[in-house]
Amino acid sequence: MAEFDLDQINIRELNSSLHASDVAAMESNWKIVNTKGRHAIAVGIDAKINITIDGHVGYYCAGMNKQATITINGHCGPGIAENMMSGEVRVTGNASQYAGATAHGGLLVIEGNASSRCGISMKGIDIVVKGNVGHMSAFMAQKGRLVVCGDAGEALGDSLYEARIYVRGKVSSLGADCIEKPMKSKHKAELRELLDNANLLNISTDEFRRYGSARTLYHFSIDNLGAY
Amino acid sequence: MCGIVGLFSKSPEIESNLGKYLSQMLIEMSERGPDSSGVAIYRTPTDKSHFKITLIAPDEAYDWSKLADDLSKIFAQPVDYEVRANQATYVIPQREEKLRDWFFENHPSLKLLSSGKSIEIYKSLGLPSRVIENFNIHELTGTHALGHSRMATESAVTVQHSHPFSTGEDLCLVHNGSLSNHNRLRRKLIKKGIVFHTDNDSEVAAGYITSRLIDGDDLDEALAAAVYDLDGFYTFAVGTKDGFAVMRDPIACKPAVIAETDSWVAMASEYRALAVLPEAENADCWEPVPSKIYSWKH
Repeated sequence: MAEFDLDQINIRELNSSLHASDVAAMESNWKIVNTKGRHAIAVGIDAKINITIDGHVGYYCAGMNKQATITINGHCGPGIAENMMSGEVRVTGNASQYAGATAHGGLLVIEGNASSRCGISMKGIDIVVKGNVGHMSAFMAQKGRLVVCGDAGEALGDSLYEARIYVRGKVSSLGADCIEKPMKSKHKAELRELLDNANLLNISTDEFRRYGSARTLYHFSIDNLGAY
Repeated sequence: MCGIVGLFSKSPEIESNLGKYLSQMLIEMSERGPDSSGVAIYRTPTDKSHFKITLIAPDEAYDWSKLADDLSKIFAQPVDYEVRANQATYVIPQREEKLRDWFFENHPSLKLLSSGKSIEIYKSLGLPSRVIENFNIHELTGTHALGHSRMATESAVTVQHSHPFSTGEDLCLVHNGSLSNHNRLRRKLIKKGIVFHTDNDSEVAAGYITSRLIDGDDLDEALAAAVYDLDGFYTFAVGTKDGFAVMRDPIACKPAVIAETDSWVAMASEYRALAVLPEAENADCWEPVPSKIYSWKH
């Protein structure tokens, strides 16, 4: 395993090293220490490598990730795995605002709680949160799945498109056009696979409810004319 | 943007190094606000019959001993004072408000930054490192302190427009965000007797809280009312004689993180400002939820 010490090198040097075209051939397991809440750690990786980050991280950690498996042993600041394309990002602590925002693919696992706007405008990513999510989570979410093993804050799934949301705990309120939908066996199977992928093998799918778009905002409705 | 930090001591070690730790925290917030910065520190409280005032002069050449002589004559007793760069703190045997007209006539170039039992406020233009070096903040001891690095968005970049704002005894406020109804609110508060020194939105928030406290609210009640009366984005940290409180607006876009150990409680706009504190890696660390008031008291 090769190690980067952020007390010795700066973020630009770290990310340049991880962007090297032969990074996977050089070493498949990388470790980053002395993070101290620094921003933009391990951003823009496009290689099949494992990165372990020891300590809390600041904004935009693992942003735009492609292929890499990145584990953060700590809490993370706003925008973890923002615009991720593929690969896996795991946070052992809590995540701040807009975790997994706009991400197209891959799996984001948050073992603690996620704050507000988790999965905002998600476009295909799968997000599994072992704890709770804050208000406005999955706002305008277009595609992908958001699994919340705890509670969800206010206005869950507001203006939702085709993303699917599974929540085990209490939902404070649903956002505009977000409704509860029946939990069929195919949804249970999908949820089981997501929980297994997140390594949450002991969490049963039984208590989860499914939420999705009522699709009433998709087209102009003459009945809403008065609102314009 | 703007960066805010707050540190509340729960141990003698933190208390005796309060200025050092707060300085390190504030320097981490330099990129969030390079226009100006300021610190409010609660230290060496006066006895029952005395009050402390912090004054700022246009430059370091100000004759502070002349002011001390003038005040000694008025009170017929020696007046203690301490000079730091272009600011000085005086300990006087009566409330500052009775002296306001006298100051205006006799020392018109001085501006009052704070008054109370233990608060002192220091402000400069430029990066946090400048305020820390100018006033030797790192050597100060104290019970709790707040700091702010400002990226100005809605009013001028001057020392007067810098945070922390104090509009009441031992009360100060630092703000990350912007308020949209501050002009109307300022007019209402002026009618109630609150004095403002700038056209800055954050000063209105400080004045609003002062006004609620005068009306009999405690700090938690004043902040709970602020959620309804202040329109805009904010993470506030408010300092009082005994402690400080943190509150975010109902949308909570402006960042904040709180951490706590057995020896300190701290808040900052970003975790990296907390990472400088002893045992930060193992502290309880969480993001304050919208509209909830978090407060600590000695």
